[in-house]
Amino acid sequence: MAVATRKTDIGPPNYKQFLPPIIQKNYGKWAYHEIPEPGVMVHVAESGDKLYTVRAGTPRLLAITTIRAFADLADRYCDGYIRWTSRHNVEFLLTDPSKIPALKKDLEELGFPVGGTGNAISSIVHTQGWVHCHSAATDASGVVKSLMDELFPHFVNMDLPAKLRVAFACCLNMCGAVHCSDIAVLGVHTRAPTIDHDELPKVCEVPTLVSSCPTGAIRPATVDGNASVEIEEEQCMYCGNCYTVCPSVKINNAETDGISIWVGGKVSNARSEPKFSKLAIPYLPNNPPRWPEVVEAVVNIVNVYAQNARKHERLGEWIDRIGWPRFFELTGIPFTKYHIDDFKHAGETYKRSVQLKH
Amino acid sequence: MSEKNRATPLLDELEKGPWPSFVKEIKKESERPMVRDLLGLLERSYEEHIGHWKHGGLVGVMGYGGGVIGRYSDLPEEFPEIAEFHTYRVNQPSAWFYTSDALRTLCDIWDRHGSGLTNMHGSTGDIIFLGSKTEALEPCFADLTEAGFDLGGSGSDVRTPSCCVGPARCEWACYDTLEACYDITQTYQDELHRPAFPYKYKFKFAGCPNDCVASIARSDMSVIGTWKDNIQIDQEQVREYAAGGTDIEAEICEMCPTGCITWNGEQLVIDNSECVKCMHCINVMPRALKPGKERGATILIGAKAPIIGGALLSSVFVPFLEMEPPYEDLKELAEAIWDFWGEYGKNRERVGEFIQRVGLGNFLEEIGLDPVPEMVAHPRTNPYIFFDEELEEDEDE
Ligand code: HEM
Ligand code: HEM
Ligand code: SF4
Ligand code: SF4
Ligand code: SF4
Ligand code: SF4
Repeated sequence: MAVATRKTDIGPPNYKQFLPPIIQKNYGKWAYHEIPEPGVMVHVAESGDKLYTVRAGTPRLLAITTIRAFADLADRYCDGYIRWTSRHNVEFLLTDPSKIPALKKDLEELGFPVGGTGNAISSIVHTQGWVHCHSAATDASGVVKSLMDELFPHFVNMDLPAKLRVAFACCLNMCGAVHCSDIAVLGVHTRAPTIDHDELPKVCEVPTLVSSCPTGAIRPATVDGNASVEIEEEQCMYCGNCYTVCPSVKINNAETDGISIWVGGKVSNARSEPKFSKLAIPYLPNNPPRWPEVVEAVVNIVNVYAQNARKHERLGEWIDRIGWPRFFELTGIPFTKYHIDDFKHAGETYKRSVQLKH
Repeated sequence: MSEKNRATPLLDELEKGPWPSFVKEIKKESERPMVRDLLGLLERSYEEHIGHWKHGGLVGVMGYGGGVIGRYSDLPEEFPEIAEFHTYRVNQPSAWFYTSDALRTLCDIWDRHGSGLTNMHGSTGDIIFLGSKTEALEPCFADLTEAGFDLGGSGSDVRTPSCCVGPARCEWACYDTLEACYDITQTYQDELHRPAFPYKYKFKFAGCPNDCVASIARSDMSVIGTWKDNIQIDQEQVREYAAGGTDIEAEICEMCPTGCITWNGEQLVIDNSECVKCMHCINVMPRALKPGKERGATILIGAKAPIIGGALLSSVFVPFLEMEPPYEDLKELAEAIWDFWGEYGKNRERVGEFIQRVGLGNFLEEIGLDPVPEMVAHPRTNPYIFFDEELEEDEDE
């Protein structure tokens, strides 16, 4: 019977079968690496063996047609070995450096730029947006594409003071956890959900809906004779969990959904400790297909950082040195009441000293 | 609708420009009716500034509680081919290494059963197969397991662990991230496929404090490589960097967070007892400096994104742990945490939030770890100490 032979819980394939021979031989015995040109790394093993990596950016959303083309390139140049990075870049692993120019040319003809190494902007880690998610306040792929088209020179060159990591999430759930990025672009709902009281009793279970709300903002209520719910708007932080369990509670709003921008986070422990990104711009409109306001805002922040930061200084480290007042002054971004925290422990973020620049 | 191509002037705009276009990617598979409907629906979203998906109902494969994300369109009449458009999370191999054959196998499976569209990769690390009908789920799963692949996690379970490239290609890896990731994934298949926790539990393995997988920001259990002894220095190479234009004083000594490096133009001296293993000096001079030889990892617990109690970074639990297979100590710690959090955690309460609710001190006591000063940025500043009742008796002994 089919059920008896059904395989389960086998887990992922063992990575060892996918490692190229040069890696198997020099596993854990790498001496150092260099970046001879943007998008190309050479790792030198203690044995003297050299492994060349060519990194190319992708839009993350890939057709199998493209993956098959990558597989063909891997066969042609890398004995079939290929990998992806944690930021949606694809990497080709070569032992023969003379093949690099031809591989780069093939990749660029396919439409995939080589870069993203060293003090550059690597691919933008991002989420699903309107392509696949129900609670998206904006599209992910479209904003990322619009941003990367403008930030492109910083992907193919290594012309920034340090690495600059940009991340995108399409709602507060932040799949991919963008909250520790140099620049985080975050879709925001700005109003509590609206409720279709006629439809709700037919498609949703009220107790499930009530318990779905993490802040307890939803209460059972009879509205126009329907056994429905009401939402305490002051308690709602627009997470969309209610919409997940009940399509009659509509979190998405074409007029008021938009995008916020956060800066100065990092995850690496280099020099300063990891830190969260902080609010730079609370709201920009959703303006597809190119989101010009968002692109302009991000490019501005990148430019001001590039002109002012010291070598090796990440965006957040630069801001820590110059102070937030100067960040707002240099970028020309208005500071508003929305920038001031009013959630739990907000008081810890107030300035409580007279160490100010005048 | 799905028979013919609908005009997509707004999306077409995103085919232009130097960065690779997701619209071009979608169009590459548009001989499929399903993908034509996806383009139509997406164009509607671009016109109307709003998404057209809803959740609703659990879908999955038999015997698994996770690995498939159910997705339905709210315009099923207009776009019938994507009325159901579920995704699979397929557990990636450690550090995302593939052979061309493995990739083709995955493509062939997805060619047969779904949209032909993927994400390489989802933010947790899985290969994402984007969009298929409910009836395709079981046959696709059968083909995947036949080819040696399995589904990853979703819901309140162990999520698909991921790791950095580690010893496969990075000279700084302080332990074998690929093996640790594979071992933990295989050990906890049941916890991964059958949600039984209060909420999700993520493992991420980074080989050194650069943390290329952002484990400190994104995982409930962050395993970050580090070392105990002295940074290895090749003085000859340091002089080469200096000769080559690196300003050792400004770029290395002054940027070291603990000021523990000195340079006299000939010799670089590091006071290793003061070094906090931040990686800065090593990052700037990879040919000259290397992590020490006594290597292991720091274990940190509890990172999460803001929903709902606010974002958290992981915090130190075990300052230094040797990371050798079969990783008994790490597993013991994970299981002790699951026992306590599993019993007392509220529904949808991440372990980081749970620790804040019960207090780190109490949590440590329950899972049997001794408090050490490395666990805090500083001791408490408020005097509201809740003393245990037996405290005085203890002191009498
Ligand atoms: C309460 C919090 C969260 C909720 C309700 C939530 C909900 C969702 C939903 C509905 C999807 C499906 C998107 C789709 O394919 O249509 C999704 C995808 C995903 N989520 Fe979350 N999410 C939450 C937090 C997070 C966090 C904090 C992370 C990571 C740190 C995360 C990682 C992911 C990943 C990796 C995916 C796969 C899709 C992708 O990579 O874009 N999620 N989440
Ligand atoms: C010169 C110093 C560094 C080198 C040579 C280096 C090496 C690497 C390697 C080998 C990868 C690929 C890892 C993988 O995909 O699993 C990588 C990716 C990454 N590293 Fe580092 N690391 C360095 C410093 C840092 C620092 C300081 C940070 C964080 C601030 C960092 C953050 C990342 C991130 C986010 C990725 C993903 C990049 C991508 O996919 O394009 N790295 N790095
Ligand atoms: S960030 Fe929000 S909208 Fe985007 S994929 Fe995650 S849950 Fe969906
Ligand atoms: S959006 Fe979130 S906080 Fe607001 S009512 Fe819905 S579940 Fe509650
Ligand atoms: S985390 Fe460290 S060991 Fe791992 S790839 Fe990044 S730099 Fe290398
Ligand atoms: S690793 Fe960091 S703390 Fe240690 S010596 Fe180098 S720069 Fe200083």
